[in-house]
Formats: sequence, C-alpha cells, structure tokens
Amino acid sequence: MAQLESRNLAPGPERLLAMLERMLLIRRTEEQLGADSRSGDLPGNVHLCAGQEAIAVAVCDHLSDNDYVGSTHRGHGHFLAKGGSARSLIAEVHAKSTGACGGLGGSMHVTDLSKGMIGANGIVGGGIGLAAGAALSAQVAGQGQLAVAFFGDGASSQGILPEVFNIAALWKLPLILVCEYNGYSEFSASSTVNAGEIADRAKAFGIPTEVVDGNDVEAVWASAAIAVERARKGEGPSFIEAKTYRLRGHLEAESGFLQAPYRSEEEIAEWRTRDPIPRLASRLAEMSLLSSADLDALEAKVAADVKDALQFANDSAPPEMERVLSSVFVDQRP
Amino acid sequence: MAKMRLTQAINAAYFEEMERNERIVLFGEDVEVSMFGDTRGLHARFGSKRVRNTPISESAMTGMAVGAAMAGTPAICHLMFSNFALTGFDGIANQAAKLRLMTGGQARLPVTFVAAIGAGTSTGAQHSDTPYPMFMNLGGINIAVPATPADAKGLMKSALRGFNPTIFLLPRVRGATSGEVSDDPDFLVPYGKASIMQEGSDLTIVAIGSCVNHAIRASKALAEEGVSVELIDPRTLVPLDTDTIVNSVRKTGRLVVVDEARDRCSAASHIAAVVGDEAFSSLKAPIKRVTSPNIPMPYAPALERALLPDPDKIVAAARLIMAV
Repeated sequence: MAQLESRNLAPGPERLLAMLERMLLIRRTEEQLGADSRSGDLPGNVHLCAGQEAIAVAVCDHLSDNDYVGSTHRGHGHFLAKGGSARSLIAEVHAKSTGACGGLGGSMHVTDLSKGMIGANGIVGGGIGLAAGAALSAQVAGQGQLAVAFFGDGASSQGILPEVFNIAALWKLPLILVCEYNGYSEFSASSTVNAGEIADRAKAFGIPTEVVDGNDVEAVWASAAIAVERARKGEGPSFIEAKTYRLRGHLEAESGFLQAPYRSEEEIAEWRTRDPIPRLASRLAEMSLLSSADLDALEAKVAADVKDALQFANDSAPPEMERVLSSVFVDQRP
Repeated sequence: MAKMRLTQAINAAYFEEMERNERIVLFGEDVEVSMFGDTRGLHARFGSKRVRNTPISESAMTGMAVGAAMAGTPAICHLMFSNFALTGFDGIANQAAKLRLMTGGQARLPVTFVAAIGAGTSTGAQHSDTPYPMFMNLGGINIAVPATPADAKGLMKSALRGFNPTIFLLPRVRGATSGEVSDDPDFLVPYGKASIMQEGSDLTIVAIGSCVNHAIRASKALAEEGVSVELIDPRTLVPLDTDTIVNSVRKTGRLVVVDEARDRCSAASHIAAVVGDEAFSSLKAPIKRVTSPNIPMPYAPALERALLPDPDKIVAAARLIMAV
C-alpha cells in the first residue's frame, strides 16, 4: 500500500558520469580534510561520509538550487552534492573568512543558501525540522519547490522524526525524508538502539516508503526520481531508507579517545567491497562509458580541484570579530 | 485610537501584518479556536494555507518555523504556554538563536515564537513559569515582554516586519488591563527602547511584563509617602535598553527591579548587575530585587499570591532603600 511505485527509471550516461565525478569530489575532499584533522591542522572535528556519497549525490541530482536540503553533522557530502564548492567547504572547515559560513560555522554547519543547502546541523535530527519548514515554505510559495531532509539511523530515534512524519503526511508537504542507514548511532550499533524497522515507522503514517541499497547510485536515483515527482505534484512526503555504511569513524579523531573498537575490521573490510565509487566506475566500464584512462583523467581533475581548494583556504585570512558581530542579528548589534 | 485588551492588540497586529505581507504564516496548537483570543478570526480571514492548527508536536513546530523562515517565509509559531517552549527548545535554542551566526550571516530568520508567561491563575507549576531568563542567555534571539496593549501591538508589528528571531511573551494576568491602541497601520515600537512610564527623582523602579501594573500601584502608594518614582518598562529584554535604566539610576541613586521570574539568574539580577557596574558611584543604597523565590509555583491560590511580586512587596523594598 504505502510502497513507492516501482518503475523502470534509470539515469542516462551523462548523469551517471556527472554523479561519479561529484562522488569522487566528495571522497577526495574528505580525504584531504581527514588528513588535515589527523595532522592537527583543523581547529575542530570532522565527521566524514566516506562510503555514503551515492545517496547525497543521487538524490541531489534531481534538485535545482531552488530546492532545499537539510543535512546533518555528517554534511560535507550533502553540501557538495547540492552544488556547494570545494573551495568554500575546505576554507570553512579550516576556519577561514572565505569559507561557506565565513569560518563561523565549521564542519558541522556548512551552509550555502544560494544553493538551497540550508545547512549541516550539529544537533542530531535538527535538520529534519528545518527541512520540513522549508517544505512548508515551498508549499505556501506554490512554485513547485521541494525539500529533502537527510538524516541517519541515529536521528531516527529523535522524537522530531515521527512528529514530522505526522505533520508532513497531514499537510502533504513536498518533503523527501532520506534516512542514510549506516548501521551506527554514533558509537552504538543501530540494532542496540533502534527497535523494529525504521521504514515501518514512516509506513505507519501512510507515507510511501522504499528501502534501497544506498551504495547503488542508480537504485537511489530511481527511488528519488519517484519521490521528487510526488513532491512536485503536491502528492506529499516520501521516505527513502538507504542502507549504507560509513567507512570512517563517527568522527575522525575518535581513535584518540576510544579505548576499544566498536566495529570489527572484518565488517569494515566487507563494506569496502561495496564502496559505491568503484562500484559505479565498474558499472560505467561495463557499459563502455568509462575507460581506465577516462577514470584516471577524472581522478586527476578532482585531485586538482581539491588541491586548488586547499590552496585557496591556505591563502585565505581567518575571520575578523566584526564578521561575528554583524552575523548575529539583521540590522542590530548584539 | 481604540481601547482594547492586550490579546486584542496582538490580534490586530497579526491581521494588519498578515494583510500587509501575504507570505507570513501562523501555526500552532489550536490557533483556530484560540485559547487566548489572540489568533481569533485569522483562519477565517487567511485560510488553511497560511493559518494552520498543528498537532501537539513542539519539537517539529519550532524547527519547522525556523526552517520556513530560513526559506523566506516569515513564520509565527504559537506555543500557547511558555513552558511548552521547553519541549520544543531545540528549534529555539539550538537553531533559531544560532543559525544566523553559524551560517556566517547568510540566514535571515523572520520567525516569531509566541507564548504566555506568568502565574497567578492556579495553573500549577508546569503552566506558570516566566522563563525569559533562560531565553536571555541564548545569545541570538530577541525577547519582547509587552506590558500594555499599545506596546504589544507595536512590538508584534516590528517583529513581523523584521528579519530576526523573536520570542514574544504575553504576560497572563487575571483581568488583563485594557488601554488605548493606535490604529495607524505603521504604528511600530522599536526593540531595545525602554518606556519611561513615569518620571521621578527619588527612586527608579524597573518592572517587566505583568509587574508593570504592580509597579504603577506601588508608585502611587509611594507618592503618598512623598517618594517620587521613575518607572521604567524595558519592553524588550533582548535587546535591553541599559542606557535608559543606567541614566535613570544616575539621577535617582536608587533602584528596585521587579520581575516575576525566579530570582536566581533572573532578568532582575542581570539588570542589577549592569547597574552595579555602570552606575555604582551614583547608588545611595543597595539595589533591591522583587522576584519570585527559587522554587516551582504551587497550585493553591494563597500560596501563589504569597510567592509572587505584588505592590506591597515593591513598596516594602522601596521603603527599605529610601531609609538608607
């Protein structure tokens, strides 16, 4: 009943190649930030989304700058997938004035309103309410915009999620709720903190729901296509549970304070074999859309982009206090 | 000009500003029925697109109000009693109060949270709080506490025309007083500008919200004893017009601050600290605070009355420092 209708939807070669490039940009940008974190070059923590890139990229491939995305503390991928630049991301995480938020937000708050990216959010579940509000705004404006809330299985335990299920279903909000189920709620296995299936919770509110392989960019893309169409037609919210895995820790600095691992090496190794990036590259190779030389060229391009972004950040000044004082209120000093 | 009660003045502000800006939406629990009367008639006038009853889901309500505002839709989020702001506190404290800074000034947040404050009607401890002290500590959200219908209308209209998050608190008192209110469509009261309700030379009384009426009665009693009171209503606690308060104390040399909040870390204690810092050499006597004790509010009417600020307590505090 509450299943998303299955249809044969597939992204064309051009979209697949563009998504591969975007996924690579996210991965390589985060590898840079992870290295900067471990070497002590960053003032704060980073929560990397390595392994989960396909979900952000496939969903956002359907969106325009006029659509909204609410994100999580693990938001670099959503930021880049929604069209944010590597320069503004890396500069922000390096606390530079040229960063997406002028160096005032940091990794957990990367935001680019000009792209409809309404922010990573340091409160688990915080982005769900904001995205639902953006969906309300879109509905009132009546211009066919929509909002996506990305969140994890950890956030699924927050009360705001069923609250938003209820309101979004009642009001038929143009909202797509995307649970990036990576199996962990910070450092706790999802099975120890989540009863039942998360998708069943959405179904209970009559919201069309689909569980997809989150490491299969084509599967997520197809599922999102239906949800986007529903939202644009005013048919209300959809729920997508995308099963995935984070290949890095909850936060990059965790090995410095955790006394024992909470995930087995075997588990991580097993999921590495399902890494969405090589998987998409292989698929494109099978389809004769990507040669190894093409992949090398793409890697080189992305590496150059990341290098440029890091140089941009390094060349940028830290923010001045005036930026803080003018960023608390509009036309009002704090 | 028309004579009206405070909730009617706010109702008029909603009507005028929602007519003026067709993007404004209002939602909350039972806003169609309107328990307090301030949202009465809005649904009939503006329809279900802009005026919506919500489920009793404060976390979603506050978060959604912020998200809508961030996306360009000014939102009025009606929380009924201010204690319910605490069940929806994430949207207020972690989102609304911080998002503009966290986004480096990208976000404009035209969101107004409305809730009633105060005890005195035997609603028990969970419907009686005056929680603005904790809101004052959030860092990035304005707080209006109007005491008169005119200020309520002007402050609400300013909030709805601005782009800053605002907590708008309705003092809830028995037999709320009525007053003359302007019908000028552009009647606005600025934030951060205190109202000097009465000029005087011997003693400054700063009173907030429902305490303003107590202070007016106390001032009359003190006048009969020959004490000339300067009475100040800050009207907004963020931003707080400390200049007007400090300048008054420099003139009178004495200060009583009246605040229904619990005493510990109250608005009164903050105002006392600011005056102690900035007007120490002008003070002729210790600053006195008339506040509520640091306990939850009981239900029994006699106990409630015993704990809340009232005119007699203000007069007693004033007499103490006039004798110094």
